[in-house]
Amino acid sequence: MFFWIGLFSFGGGLMPWIHREVVTARGWMKNEQFLTGVALSQILPGVNSVNMAVYCGQRMRGLAGAVVAVIAMLTGPFLVMLLAAASYRTILGVPWIHAAMAGVAAGAIGMLLRFGISAVQTIATGVVPILVALATFVALGIFKWPLLYVVAVAMPISVALAWPRGKSDA
Amino acid sequence: MRDESYLSLLLSIVAVLTPLSLASVGGATVIYAPLQFEAVDARHWITGREYLDLFAICRFLPGPSSLLGAMIAWKVAGLVGALVAMVALYLPSSALAYGVGMIWDRHRGKPWHTALERGMAPVAAGLIVAGVFTLFQLSGGDLLTGGVIVSVAALLTWKRKLHPFALLIAGAFVFEAAHLAGYLA
Repeated sequence: MFFWIGLFSFGGGLMPWIHREVVTARGWMKNEQFLTGVALSQILPGVNSVNMAVYCGQRMRGLAGAVVAVIAMLTGPFLVMLLAAASYRTILGVPWIHAAMAGVAAGAIGMLLRFGISAVQTIATGVVPILVALATFVALGIFKWPLLYVVAVAMPISVALAWPRGKSDA
Repeated sequence: MRDESYLSLLLSIVAVLTPLSLASVGGATVIYAPLQFEAVDARHWITGREYLDLFAICRFLPGPSSLLGAMIAWKVAGLVGALVAMVALYLPSSALAYGVGMIWDRHRGKPWHTALERGMAPVAAGLIVAGVFTLFQLSGGDLLTGGVIVSVAALLTWKRKLHPFALLIAGAFVFEAAHLAGYLA
């Protein structure tokens, strides 16, 4: 399954694929648990999607699951990369490739948007989480502040605000 | 090129890519500059022109864009070089992610764990939506792109059974049609 995800992940549209397969289609994970993984794999060094594969595989099958998920995710792109590396001059020369790739990329962003909407629905349990998500969006999307600083500031605030609720049903 | 010099080439690939694996916080974009410096200026593995070509092709390929590192390794050291590069690129960061995940699971159910999980979700949601916005701007930010993005999201909402792959192909066809109609350069 991660093999296909890896192969079809054009232009950074990976998260929604994983989300669709793991949460929506197969129900292996809850939406909230998945979002934690998204946040964790963004903070940690390394490629987000590969970290996410580690996170999902580990939660489902431990070490073996994580290893299989990463290898499966990277095999497809690796093979395509070898092909492309061998023939990249030819590929870049084909005139219609650029428009088609741009179309695929736009479609992938659309998937990401759909995933973002479902993420917002999951966290929309009160005013505070909505404000936190909005502030994160504005800082990164509009002001283009560096991800690391935004997360370093937003995360403690958000966690502190979630604390009382966390205690009450622990 | 064989034996000792080949081995040292492989070792220097590892030496260049392993730190980059651990340095790439928040996406592969931060590794482009140091990778270019090492591969082009410092070690003369490839020319600047080749770097730009490989960079362009990587953006069109599936998978993480840090595969560029493996692509360069393939050019200078062949298949073995590319495989070595894959391990150097992804093993360190994955091992770290696994370790953090283990600590994470061990404390499941504790109050601070629940609070962390609850607190991180809204930040993640903000990150995702900001990502959509930034990608939209990078892709040109025009009406056609925006239209395809919104249509795909809407279709995925109303028709849940629809396979996303069909939508990606449809996106390609819409752009192709626009290209033929002279809308796109």
